[in-house]
Amino acid sequence: MNVAAATRPESIRAILSPHWIAQRISRVLLHVAVIGLTLVWVVPTVGLLLSSFRPFSAIATSGWWTALSPPYRFTLDNYSQMLDQSNLGGAIFNSFMVAIPSTVIPVTIAAFAAYAFAWMKFPGRDWIFLTFVGLLAVPLQLTFIPISKFFVEHGITPDNLGALNLPPWIGLWLAHAGYSLPFSTYLLANFFRALPSDLFESAEIDGAGTLTVFFRIILPLSVPALASLVIFQFLWVWNDLLVALIFVGGAPEVAPLTVNLANLTNSFGQGYQLLTAAAFFSMIVPLVVFLSLQRYFVRGILAGSVKG
Amino acid sequence: MRETSVKVWSSVGLAVALVAVACGTQTNNSGKIGGTVHVLAVWSGSEQASFQAVLKPFEEQTGIKVLYEATRDQDAILTTRVEAGNAPELASAPSPSLLARFVREGKVVALDQILDMNKLRSDYDKSWIDLGTINGKLYEIFSWTALKGLVWYDPKVWNAKGYKVPKTWDDLIALQNKMKQDGTTPWCIGLESGSASGWPGKDWIEEIVLTQAGPTVYDAWWQGKQKWSSPEIKQAWQTWGQILGPNDSNVFGGKNNILATNFGDAGTPMFANPPKCLMHYQASFITDFFVKAVPTLKAGEDFTFFPIPDVNSQNAGAHVVAGDTFSVFKETPQSRALIAYLATAKAQAIWVKRGGKLSANKEMNLSDYPDDISKSLADALVKTKVAKFDAGDLMPGAMGTNFWKAALAFVSNQNELDSILANLDKIQQTAYTS
Amino acid sequence: MDFSVLLTDIPTLLAVVLGVPLVLAAYIVGGEYLVRRLPDKNRPQLRPWLWVGPAIFLVAAILLIPAVFTVIQSFQDNVGTFVGLQNYSTQLADFPSGGAWIAIRNNIVIWLIFYTLFVLAFGLILAVLFDRVQYETMVKSLIFMPMAISSVALGVIWKFMFWYQPAGSPQTGTMNAIVTVLHHDPVAWLQDQWPNGLAVLNNLALIGAATWGITGFSMVILSAALKGIPGELLEAARVDGAGELTVFRRVIFPLMMPTIVVVGTTLVIFALKAFDVVYVMTNGNYSTDVLAFRMYNLLYVSRDPAGASAVAIILLVAVIPVLIFNLRQFRAVEARR
Repeated sequence: MNVAAATRPESIRAILSPHWIAQRISRVLLHVAVIGLTLVWVVPTVGLLLSSFRPFSAIATSGWWTALSPPYRFTLDNYSQMLDQSNLGGAIFNSFMVAIPSTVIPVTIAAFAAYAFAWMKFPGRDWIFLTFVGLLAVPLQLTFIPISKFFVEHGITPDNLGALNLPPWIGLWLAHAGYSLPFSTYLLANFFRALPSDLFESAEIDGAGTLTVFFRIILPLSVPALASLVIFQFLWVWNDLLVALIFVGGAPEVAPLTVNLANLTNSFGQGYQLLTAAAFFSMIVPLVVFLSLQRYFVRGILAGSVKG
Repeated sequence: MRETSVKVWSSVGLAVALVAVACGTQTNNSGKIGGTVHVLAVWSGSEQASFQAVLKPFEEQTGIKVLYEATRDQDAILTTRVEAGNAPELASAPSPSLLARFVREGKVVALDQILDMNKLRSDYDKSWIDLGTINGKLYEIFSWTALKGLVWYDPKVWNAKGYKVPKTWDDLIALQNKMKQDGTTPWCIGLESGSASGWPGKDWIEEIVLTQAGPTVYDAWWQGKQKWSSPEIKQAWQTWGQILGPNDSNVFGGKNNILATNFGDAGTPMFANPPKCLMHYQASFITDFFVKAVPTLKAGEDFTFFPIPDVNSQNAGAHVVAGDTFSVFKETPQSRALIAYLATAKAQAIWVKRGGKLSANKEMNLSDYPDDISKSLADALVKTKVAKFDAGDLMPGAMGTNFWKAALAFVSNQNELDSILANLDKIQQTAYTS
Repeated sequence: MDFSVLLTDIPTLLAVVLGVPLVLAAYIVGGEYLVRRLPDKNRPQLRPWLWVGPAIFLVAAILLIPAVFTVIQSFQDNVGTFVGLQNYSTQLADFPSGGAWIAIRNNIVIWLIFYTLFVLAFGLILAVLFDRVQYETMVKSLIFMPMAISSVALGVIWKFMFWYQPAGSPQTGTMNAIVTVLHHDPVAWLQDQWPNGLAVLNNLALIGAATWGITGFSMVILSAALKGIPGELLEAARVDGAGELTVFRRVIFPLMMPTIVVVGTTLVIFALKAFDVVYVMTNGNYSTDVLAFRMYNLLYVSRDPAGASAVAIILLVAVIPVLIFNLRQFRAVEARR
């Protein structure tokens, strides 16, 4: 009782203070801004979502928001037609077979390289690094013919690899890895470089080798950067159509999901309503990847380790 | 030493394999060739199902597995594969100009030795074989065709208003003026088509050039020997300008709507109540778009067509056609069998029956066409005296795409015709040499 | 629907999922093992190459060699004869509307400024605001969603946004529905070259669609950097009585600067090689051409690889100032430690 009586006047005073009110208002403004911006952002997606449940004749003649008022004419036709394709399971499997190595290879190799760029000294280091960044600007379309030529000359074609009982996607993995390395290395090198140098010094005093520093200090501290890199690389590969068509082609045995989905429309572009359903279907896996890596984006990973 | 022996062994192996193949093709006890053949073509979605239906009897009879790849990005994919030396055995040829380039580079197989040419000559009109011939050799066959230069309309509306199908170009102009006086915009036009925007405008110009200036000018024009700013070609654009009306006022929605509307949706306002327009100019495939957008429509009752009148009656019976062609990039027993099959009326009839395609094969029965509209389309195709292939497709790629773009620019501002044509002239100077 | 393949091929999937990282780990561990056998003197000379080697090798094979070919080809005609600067003079002819000029203007002025600015600003604002709410994961996922959509589907989405119907007809596009509610005539967003044929409006419409698609990228990276700022630092500043804006300006922003530079550099390069949105939505018509798209057309439609090479080199040259800026930044960070 005593304690309550003693604190109450003070807390009332605190509640009514201008500082407290200002804080409340700014909290409210914050929520309004966050929710408002998010709502604006999801409008196109909501339009797509509603459209995916509408019959084509309705999509073509009225806006998606009209679906929100009666008469309701929702249908699952777009989804059932989209799911009705032959070999959808195979395509999803192929997408995983393309996307997982095409993410693991460049991220790992980039982490190796970024460590060297950030913390080792070697002749020409800065210039090699800048060349990496500059090559980020190479338009991919330009590399298709020379790389294809090289792959064909050296037997790195799906047919050949398949005949040797190797995964037919090896050429595509290498291409994706090469395309991704400039960005991956650039992002990771900048992150590694910003790590406090006393960490390394103390580790070296302890007699830890390069491998230990890399696996025990650098990688754990860079989890947020690595997680975001993995998300993006996975996404880009998962959603890629053109590179896959060039390097493995559209045959059902090897083609990823994007090829199936792009082929839902015919050569006149008819059937684009099926793409609305397809967009949500193909979004599931990237979103799961994103959500499952979310937990690595928390404050304190770095702070905690520095202290320890 | 080791290397030589490997070579000897592999060539022995090759010989054995060849003998096996040779025996297999002739005396295989099941009579089947077997093996696989890669095919690259543009048909995806609903069209892919139709093409695979065409392939099915072939696979059953020959035991050959067809590995079909569909891509909408045919130019990029085929070019890359061909340049890299990894071409599919068979491809639906993208555009005549790209094919001509591959022929020059020696990347395409001449069909004269592969196909029974006597049979082909008896099955197809000479003009179709000529269309596939480059430097005296046949490089592509036409499996299916589409008829361009058609005007679609709603006969019920026309009967109610008392409009008659125009017989001459002057009739057509008179009719569109009457429609305007009656208070409805005559035309529906849509030029948007993603990465190919503008091509429906190109179709207009081609048909006008062919029936106004005649086939000789038409050929000289796509071959790059006739300037865009020449009186004949300029007149064709101005004639299209007459259709569009000053500031595109003869067209529903005007300029912005022409540019922003997808070619497939363009005809739909014709079926609104009251109709927003009364005529739509498009090739034979458009019927499927009508039915998909307004499922209650019935072919023949709610929409039908007439071939657009010749601008100049001297050129009566001339029409622009387009088609689905096939070329062979690698000769194998399997690709030989498949190209021969695709040249037959039997194979073509499978897709014709499913709708949306015509065949130029004389063996094709009119009864194979699924409805009255496609029967009369096939009839119009047979009656076409001068079939000319789509000029924009025959032109080199850079010329063709700039032709589409010019159609967009012309609709945006008809007064800029002279500068549009001057620009096309400039592209013409370089496009044919590179 | 047949998902049985997914199950039957699980061993293959596992072999690849486990095999690939195993090979990579074996490489670095084995390599280090060998380096350690070396005499002390040689170790620091060789070790860096062990670590950067695979990256250099792959980048050289996949990007550098084709890029060098491109440089050479840009000085040749299509049969391989040296022609000096002719390809460049063709691309740079007839200023301001001929050759590649429209594409250059769109890339270097409109895309570079607005795309970079929009994406960076939105990404930063969203990252900082979202950091302060409980439901961060949810709103972040919603902003991130467009990233998970392929460019083909992006074209369909923005078709629903920019759809145009003539005045008087019911509008089917979101933007025009809003515009007509505000008693304005519907706008042909992608076709209208407002103002006066300068084509600012339709280029901004394309940039808007691209910004919507990529902001999730800058938000996630900037948010990761924000999470890296020790909480104690922020608390200390707040305890000292600094307002939130001051905390942002004095603490958060400077600490995030290196990441902002990384994201900014990447976005500048993305802006210069913008392709998908243009390809899907306007095909470069109505003065919306961009360099990467022009290059694609020259390469595959016009079959003019030499011209395409010249355009690609123009694009690469445009990146040089960004590289110089990065080099300075890079050296500055090094000098500080």
